[in-house]
Amino acid sequence: MKSIAELEEIRKRTLEEIGLRKNKNSFRIVVGMATCGIAAGARPVMQAFVEELKKRNLHDVQVTMTGCIGVCRLEPIVEVISPDGSKVTYVEMNPEKAVRVVAEHIVNGRVCRDLTIGEAEGVK
Amino acid sequence: MQIYRAHALVCRGTGCSSHKAEEIFNELERQLQDKKLTNEVKVVTAGCLGLCKSGPNLVIYPEGAIYSGLQVEDVEEIVTEHLLKGRIVKRLLFGDTEADAGIKSLDDVGFFKRQKRIALRNCGVINPESIDEYLAFDGYKALTKVLTEMEPAEVIDVLKKSQLRGRGGAGFPTGTKWEFAAKAESKQKYVCCNADEGDPGAFMDRSILEGDPHSLVEAMAIAGYAVGADKGFIYIRAEYPIAVKRLRLAIEQAKEYGLLGENILNTGFNFDLEIRLGAGAFVCGEETALLTSIEGKRGEPRPRPPFPAVKGLWGQPTLLNNVETYANVPPIILNGPDWFTQIGTERSKGTKVFAVGGNINNTGLVEIPMGTTLREVIYEIGGGIPNGKEFKAAQTGGPSGGCIPASHIDTPIDYDTLVELGAMMGSGGLIIMDEDTCMVDIARFFLEFTVDESCGKCPPCRIGTKRMLEILSRITEGRGEEGDIEKLETLAKNIKAAALCGLGQTAPNPVLSTLRYFRDEYEAHVRDKKCPAGACKSLLDYVIDAEICKSCGICAKNCPVDAIEGEKKKGPFVIIQEKCIKCGTCVEKCPFDAISAS
Repeated sequence: MKSIAELEEIRKRTLEEIGLRKNKNSFRIVVGMATCGIAAGARPVMQAFVEELKKRNLHDVQVTMTGCIGVCRLEPIVEVISPDGSKVTYVEMNPEKAVRVVAEHIVNGRVCRDLTIGEAEGVK
Repeated sequence: MQIYRAHALVCRGTGCSSHKAEEIFNELERQLQDKKLTNEVKVVTAGCLGLCKSGPNLVIYPEGAIYSGLQVEDVEEIVTEHLLKGRIVKRLLFGDTEADAGIKSLDDVGFFKRQKRIALRNCGVINPESIDEYLAFDGYKALTKVLTEMEPAEVIDVLKKSQLRGRGGAGFPTGTKWEFAAKAESKQKYVCCNADEGDPGAFMDRSILEGDPHSLVEAMAIAGYAVGADKGFIYIRAEYPIAVKRLRLAIEQAKEYGLLGENILNTGFNFDLEIRLGAGAFVCGEETALLTSIEGKRGEPRPRPPFPAVKGLWGQPTLLNNVETYANVPPIILNGPDWFTQIGTERSKGTKVFAVGGNINNTGLVEIPMGTTLREVIYEIGGGIPNGKEFKAAQTGGPSGGCIPASHIDTPIDYDTLVELGAMMGSGGLIIMDEDTCMVDIARFFLEFTVDESCGKCPPCRIGTKRMLEILSRITEGRGEEGDIEKLETLAKNIKAAALCGLGQTAPNPVLSTLRYFRDEYEAHVRDKKCPAGACKSLLDYVIDAEICKSCGICAKNCPVDAIEGEKKKGPFVIIQEKCIKCGTCVEKCPFDAISAS
């Protein structure tokens, strides 16, 4: 027999596992995974995101994939969409940069400017 | 703990299961293994989404992309494109999902946008075979709240304030019913659930049982606490094997977690649940017959009063509600009665689940707020009538209900408006009919069902409905006589007044309501021997259009009774009406579409 506290524990744990079917207002990390992205190393980048989020218990952040955006030379490209809908595009990503984005952008809300497309393209 | 970046939910309700959902499920697991994605993507068995016509269905989260009408061969493409590369496979998406890379939740799809899912809240979202997933979506929270914070009388008070009415047919106020059972004095009381869904075309309860069985288990335990019963029975038809299996599993899991059985949650409350399988007799959906059947006797109704709340199972006070009614209870307890009364109309609160079938594009299951119009259900949720046909009428309440004609398409649907229209809410079967449907034939169809299912205990139902069916058959076969319509009306009136149980009393309803709105069709059948809708075969004449006929002789060659005469290449062929059995073979075979029925 389970106690009320135990039930609550199961509830919490399971919700973490299946929360992505429920949460709509959270960060969304979109990794470009077309041929160009995959060739440039998008898979390890995405796995790094999943791993890092798991490590930090950030279960309400979604990691999804998308196709080619058209700037294939800057792949792997990752877009981070905030709950308010604003979007930051990171380019030439690698697993280390992914870890940084989670720590700085997702957790602390500070955009990693040096990794963004604006920086890479010299737009000030 | 394993966190997955995507969840693939395969609908495995009865509808999708009959469309190879299991093979899709297995193929999905195989493909994910192949592409080494098993650590990233979780495959889940889910309950019914309501899109039964488009099944088998697969929903992929977090995008909430609904794939429908899948073939086993499509799975590889979905895995490679969507799950590996992140490109949603547009050609396989459900009709109006324009899912792109953007956030897309189920609520944005036209089919779901107009819906309000309370009873179906977890259907298609959680794995019905996992108590943990039910817990995660606030499962058993209402039971915990009731047992630890509320007195039985408070529970009943909340239900009364919520104005929830029985979803099984007549719409009796649920809180009042619970109060009757609670006030009845006895050492032993019972809580029962009517899951003997018998209306042709209705499958709301089945979908709840298949998609969210724990909601019923939880609600029945709450009911047990509120009325003072420690034993419950779920009467479910054996024809619902998937529902029975999942319900059994749910009861086992609940017992394991101590949410059923003795001393639940250490509160001293005991409640045990048992399943009773019905053999699928329509009459066992009637409450007194159902209870008699649970007792192990032949399922036959008995007169009321005494009502089951006073004298039910084995003569003890018994609370009996329908599956959908129970499914509404936990959210009402958790969100409070005020939340519930905000939804719906003045006298009908909350939502109603309808099984929409017949001539409509999105055949399936929808849950809508009370007061939604038929037009919204048909055109905005249901996707309209196929082949550009006109809407003619909708039948609600199955064989006990009636039809709503096109002229009332903008009436808000609730318990009271339906009764005013001569129909009834019933359990929620909603059959949409287009212009090619003959209303006399529809009435005959329902009467045929009642005659077949009459238990035979009382003569008005046993003999009366049989006579009505004979008259209706005569009319649809072109042998109607002057005075038949009046005879039907007299019989209907007498059966309504004299039949023993609710099912008998309502059996003439399909005839009465079609007579009310489509009397001219009856008259056309009887007087002119014509079927205005062109549906009654016996009243049709098959004719060959002499202008189009190329006298190829194919029709004559295929006619099974040699009713077509003519010589090849020597002028048009002719159908001898006296010989014609109206089988329609010639119409199908004619290469020039020269034959038609009129």
